Amino acid sequence: MTDFAAPARLERPSALAFLGYAAGIVIVVWCFAGAGFSLEKMATAPPRFADFIDRAFPPNLAPDTLVRQGWKMVETLQIALAGAVLRVILSVPIALLAARGLIAAPWISQVIRTILGFIRAVPDIAWALVFVVAVGLGPFAGMLAIMVDTIGFCGRFFADDMEAADKGPAESLTATGARKTDVVVCATIPAATPAFISTSLYALEKAVRSSTILGLVGAGGIGIELKVGFDLFDYPTAMTVILMIAVVVIGIEYLSGWARTKIIGDER
Amino acid sequence: MRASRSSTISSVSDLDLKEPVARKAQPDAAGAPVAPVSPVDAEAAGVGKSFGETPIFSDVSFRLARGEAVALVGANGTGKSTLLRCLMGLIPVTSGSVRLLRQDVAAARTPELRALRARIGLVSQRHNLVPRLSVLSNVVQGLLGRHPGPRHWSHVVAPAASRDAAMAALRKVGLEEFALRRADRLSGGQSQRVAIARAIVGGPELLFADEPCASLDPAAGEDVMELFFRLVRDEAVTVVFTSHNIDHALKYGDRVLGLAHGRLQLDATAASLAASDLRGLYD
Repeated sequence: MTDFAAPARLERPSALAFLGYAAGIVIVVWCFAGAGFSLEKMATAPPRFADFIDRAFPPNLAPDTLVRQGWKMVETLQIALAGAVLRVILSVPIALLAARGLIAAPWISQVIRTILGFIRAVPDIAWALVFVVAVGLGPFAGMLAIMVDTIGFCGRFFADDMEAADKGPAESLTATGARKTDVVVCATIPAATPAFISTSLYALEKAVRSSTILGLVGAGGIGIELKVGFDLFDYPTAMTVILMIAVVVIGIEYLSGWARTKIIGDER
Repeated sequence: MRASRSSTISSVSDLDLKEPVARKAQPDAAGAPVAPVSPVDAEAAGVGKSFGETPIFSDVSFRLARGEAVALVGANGTGKSTLLRCLMGLIPVTSGSVRLLRQDVAAARTPELRALRARIGLVSQRHNLVPRLSVLSNVVQGLLGRHPGPRHWSHVVAPAASRDAAMAALRKVGLEEFALRRADRLSGGQSQRVAIARAIVGGPELLFADEPCASLDPAAGEDVMELFFRLVRDEAVTVVFTSHNIDHALKYGDRVLGLAHGRLQLDATAASLAASDLRGLYD
């Protein structure tokens, strides 16, 4: 029988690895300090939170408040849905250009991907501020903000989905002498469609979540009701808004999950 | 035409690649007349392929006469599928040249290459149908090389003549009643039949089949091979097919080409070979 000793359970790190671990711990501690982490505040927060809950409950369920906030929520969903539809329509051609090795030259794909990366890097609330300046206060600014923000998201993921799509059907159509555009339309896009639908539904959920806070900067939707509630210390009304947002967002997530299953089944 | 099964074993070096396209009948070494040689539909001369620093094969040369069925055999990794792709110009060769239907593949510009491919069909091991589309749309798309543009993206908008051609191709493979079924709802054998219909709908002069029954069970594989070769023999189409199945290579091929160790090690008529001759390629 061969005499092999079991290896050590843990390997001793090299000096370089040890320095790396130590540097990682220092960076995390530094970040906590920069974020104003305070154990004292952590200790005093629960009573203050309990006080807020005490003042916010019961939520304001007066009929006129519910009707006003209900219409604001409808406006919020309109912003999200309109932005989402425009976004999906615009994202497909942009993604076609961003996908490497599909129809555009590599440098064009790289330029488009860099632009999409910039769009994603700017938060939606910043886009809302930009569009409030450009087109004025109101839901249109919010819709544009949602559209631009999620084009960055969908454009990138649609492009990735097309790059990852099964290449077999595309090769078979190429072998028939089909043009590149025909191959993309007939093979690549259908192959990526389940992933497109999944990404679009997730983007819709994201758009609904985002659109609920755009009102904070005057870009329409229910966010303004939340801001007014807190500004006036009307916590029961603010709590009504928070609960309404939670119910709608969770409902949209369930609806989206159901639609995903109905449309694409178990495919991804 | 089918190439004669009475030919003797020939090595690659026996082929005169500079010879004119058509040759007169010549007596063989024993003085017996052999069948006249038809025009050459495919010709590989010194073809080599490497991926980066890794050579796959080199110096592969052969000629395919019109109407000939050629089996390309060899162990995994010898480059059978890669050679098929090189022949069709789907990937570039590293060395040598390929002529298909009297046209140099490497020298062809994109429109010429598309026009050339429109005269060729490909049947893949994985069938490669577009899963979410109907069977009929998949077959109509087989005409995209001859009729580019949106009218052949789907059977819904296709011209009547194209729909009729697609239905005729489906009838040939016995699946006309499945025309509106989604391609991903078919069994493996049905799916491969649709792939065959897509490959033949344009009336190709040359067909490549990459292990056409490798993903099927033996019975379905046998059905598909029978059907495939019945169709191509009816139309006198030149066929190159790869296979791991030695019996298929000998049964359906007029000629067998064997790849091993990065070279074409065998070029012989199927009639002159026994299964044991081919097993050496897999050692």
